[in-house]
Amino acid sequence: MKQLISALAVSLTLAAPAVAQTYAVTNGRVVTNTEAGIIDNATVVVRDGDIVAVGAGADVPEDATVIDAAGGWVTPGLFAGYTQLGLIEVALEDSTTDDSAGDSPFSVALDVADGFNPAGTYIATNRIEGITRAAIYPSTGHNIFAGQGALIDTSGESDSLFQAGSFVFADLSERGARRAGGSRPAAWTFLEAALADARGYPGRFSGDHEGDALTRYDAAALLPVARGRVPLVMAVNRAADIRRAIRFQEENAPLQIVIAGASEAWMVADELAEAGIPVIIDPLEDLPSSFDALGASLQNAARLQDAGVDVAYATAPTADGYFNARLLPQHAGNAVANGVPWNDAFRAITLTPAEIYGVGDRYGALAPGYAGDVVVWDGDPLEVMSAPVAVLVDGEPTAMESRQTRLRDRYINITDDTPYAYRR
Amino acid sequence: MTLKASLPALAAVSAAVALAACSSDPDNTAASGSGSSGGNSASQDDIVRINTDPYPSTYEPRESGVTLIRGGTVLDGVGGEIENGDVLIENGRIAAIGAGLEAPEGATIVDAAGRYVTPGVIDIHSHLGDYPSPGVSAHSDGNEATQPVTAEVWAEHSVWPQDPGFEHALAGGVTTLHVLPGSANLFGGRGITLRNVSARTVQGMKFPGAPYTLKMACGENPSRVYGNRGQSPATDMGNMAGYRASWIQASDYRDSWHEYWDAAEDGEDVDPPTQDLELDTLMGVLEGEILVQMHCYRADQMAQIMDMSEEFGYQVTTFHHAVEAYKIPDLLAENGTCAAVWADWGGFKMEAYDSVRENLAMTHANGACAMIHSDDANGIQRLNQEIAKALADGRRAGIDISEAEAWAWLSSNPAQALGIGDETGSLQEGYRADVVLWSGNPYSTYTRADRVWIDGVLSYDRQDTDLQPVSDFMLGQPGEGEQ
Repeated sequence: MKQLISALAVSLTLAAPAVAQTYAVTNGRVVTNTEAGIIDNATVVVRDGDIVAVGAGADVPEDATVIDAAGGWVTPGLFAGYTQLGLIEVALEDSTTDDSAGDSPFSVALDVADGFNPAGTYIATNRIEGITRAAIYPSTGHNIFAGQGALIDTSGESDSLFQAGSFVFADLSERGARRAGGSRPAAWTFLEAALADARGYPGRFSGDHEGDALTRYDAAALLPVARGRVPLVMAVNRAADIRRAIRFQEENAPLQIVIAGASEAWMVADELAEAGIPVIIDPLEDLPSSFDALGASLQNAARLQDAGVDVAYATAPTADGYFNARLLPQHAGNAVANGVPWNDAFRAITLTPAEIYGVGDRYGALAPGYAGDVVVWDGDPLEVMSAPVAVLVDGEPTAMESRQTRLRDRYINITDDTPYAYRR
Repeated sequence: MTLKASLPALAAVSAAVALAACSSDPDNTAASGSGSSGGNSASQDDIVRINTDPYPSTYEPRESGVTLIRGGTVLDGVGGEIENGDVLIENGRIAAIGAGLEAPEGATIVDAAGRYVTPGVIDIHSHLGDYPSPGVSAHSDGNEATQPVTAEVWAEHSVWPQDPGFEHALAGGVTTLHVLPGSANLFGGRGITLRNVSARTVQGMKFPGAPYTLKMACGENPSRVYGNRGQSPATDMGNMAGYRASWIQASDYRDSWHEYWDAAEDGEDVDPPTQDLELDTLMGVLEGEILVQMHCYRADQMAQIMDMSEEFGYQVTTFHHAVEAYKIPDLLAENGTCAAVWADWGGFKMEAYDSVRENLAMTHANGACAMIHSDDANGIQRLNQEIAKALADGRRAGIDISEAEAWAWLSSNPAQALGIGDETGSLQEGYRADVVLWSGNPYSTYTRADRVWIDGVLSYDRQDTDLQPVSDFMLGQPGEGEQ
């Protein structure tokens, strides 16, 4: 029963250590995420880590290692815009989680870059499903601020965290309200005081003075947010809370807000579009899971995107973000089933999240100048029955193997001959 | 799938099974059991029996009319596929399935050209109603986590029929679901099989004649919950000791009832044992009338549980979650125990760490009875996509399974494991007309349920808001429960 999962993938694994730094993915249906749209029978050329040519007429350089897509789909690597990849290994084992620290005296200052583990086993399980980049998020601890998020690739290499301090995450939903002392007014007051602390940093912390809301470390960490240099990603769901967030951005220029969760965002879609506030939603969230999300609907994605809001998709809350960020294509496919045009849904798991984090000129598209994150699929990537056959990160093919595939291969033949522990 | 009949069940024929046949309501025979009311002679009327169905189903299907679903691709749920096939519904039942069926006079004709027709989706692991939406503290009704053995509680007494999750599941083609207590306890209580129909009461949703089930739980959950309180079980060995102590008690309890019934039937003047709700349920398992549905992740733990079931003479019908079923398909097959699994979830605790995407296909291909389950109010809405992933992952690993065969993973296999496999789960003549018309191939992400019939009654229509149920809770709320 055991067979090679993909002859192509295996040959790539063997090819990787060779000197060739140029790859040509040929004979694919290429999704560019640019004005070129989707190009059939096209070639993507990657040299020294970057994409150098894309098109039906692109020449295959003589020194290129050819990856024949065999008529399959070729896309930019998926960008998972809301995950905890590499921060959690076994969620219920505290010793293996670094996403939150409820007992720490600090909040905004907590930086996921200090906890990220590129060797976490779910990096590979997600990469072989097409995820090449991800935003990694802290979870809230003792106040509304979870800390600072970062951007990673899924190569598993030591340098795979490629940008730290990319955003600050805060929870202003009903959960944040509880963290702030028990009500929404408490949460917004805390946020306002925290921003004032940041703006006053370092002056107001001279001598023994403390901030109204934050420690001096936290205030320093919030300063780039107050100055509009990195976004404040805010978890809110209820339509009224989203309106409050829009007002808050107006009142606190040059603050840049991104809204995550946004269960009822469709009810304020036009206001969000006008304010230019992007949202990160789970397109599968349709249950009134709390009194914050009574209006949750499978129509959320289509209505927001129709209104011109920049939308990125996440797997949470209906699937977790540390293990199953790999379900993004299924979530996007369901958005299509519920009215989002295919190109827009695919953009929401590639280019749009890259843009939200300010790296849309390097990731999320197949065009010269973009990083060589390329995925070759055996079919439409948004179909649940499709899967990648090759994944390139920064222009290098990666092993199509994970701890899970190793377990599968160990047990696919149930026999009495070799004890299982000797099967590798 | 064959469920191995256990010896005590056979031994109980005189006391229990024979009585089931005396039930006045043929729909409720399967729910009758140990010494339920009834008897053949005047003297036996005085014999104390245990009422095994004190809250009977009040569900009665509405008038179904006659419907011919014509010209679709029909997957029958037991491995068959008919191109350009027809399904005829009469009196709430499948009257015929085939190609080129004649439309009876007055039949509603549904053109299924380009679409798929399947049996309704059955979820063997749901907490709809006992952990409803919204998830507020007042409705956290799934775990009686006050002591490790609570076989006396019944999930149906926690089910809130106004959970909006039911109608969302309906839009995903779910016609039958099994609602369980949670997994905090060694013995969590009884589960209940429901029709996914709108009703004011849970009795109005109960699947007529479906056997009761017992939820048990292995591993980390019970030992964490009680270990954290400094009480037993705090370890896996404490779990096993806890189950075994209860089975010993239950065996004694069963014996005492049988001794009583035997003596009373012989005309002796004897006092009945004192009825014990907890032990009633465990006795029902030992009698083979209540099906064990057990939360268990790890291969080695499932093996120990199966040994224990042999020790006490009962059958584990299904291991739920069964993340490591792929490691022991041979043991499961040998024991006649099914595995209900996710397509691709794991990692959230140590016992879920060895999750593989091929679990369902590998377990099935290696001879065990396998099926999908959700354990989730969102996941239940897309079980067709979950089996699609499992099927595709299996195929990529070289396991050749057809789409028609895989449909059993959400229809006939869970039906069998719930003891309702002769009533629903497949499109066969005489079966309940639980039917879904899909907009296309249900193994595609882009396909949605267009129409859902339950007992032949059109209960959901994606194009017709009048046929989209809205719970009391969602009335007047934002979006009013739109999908």
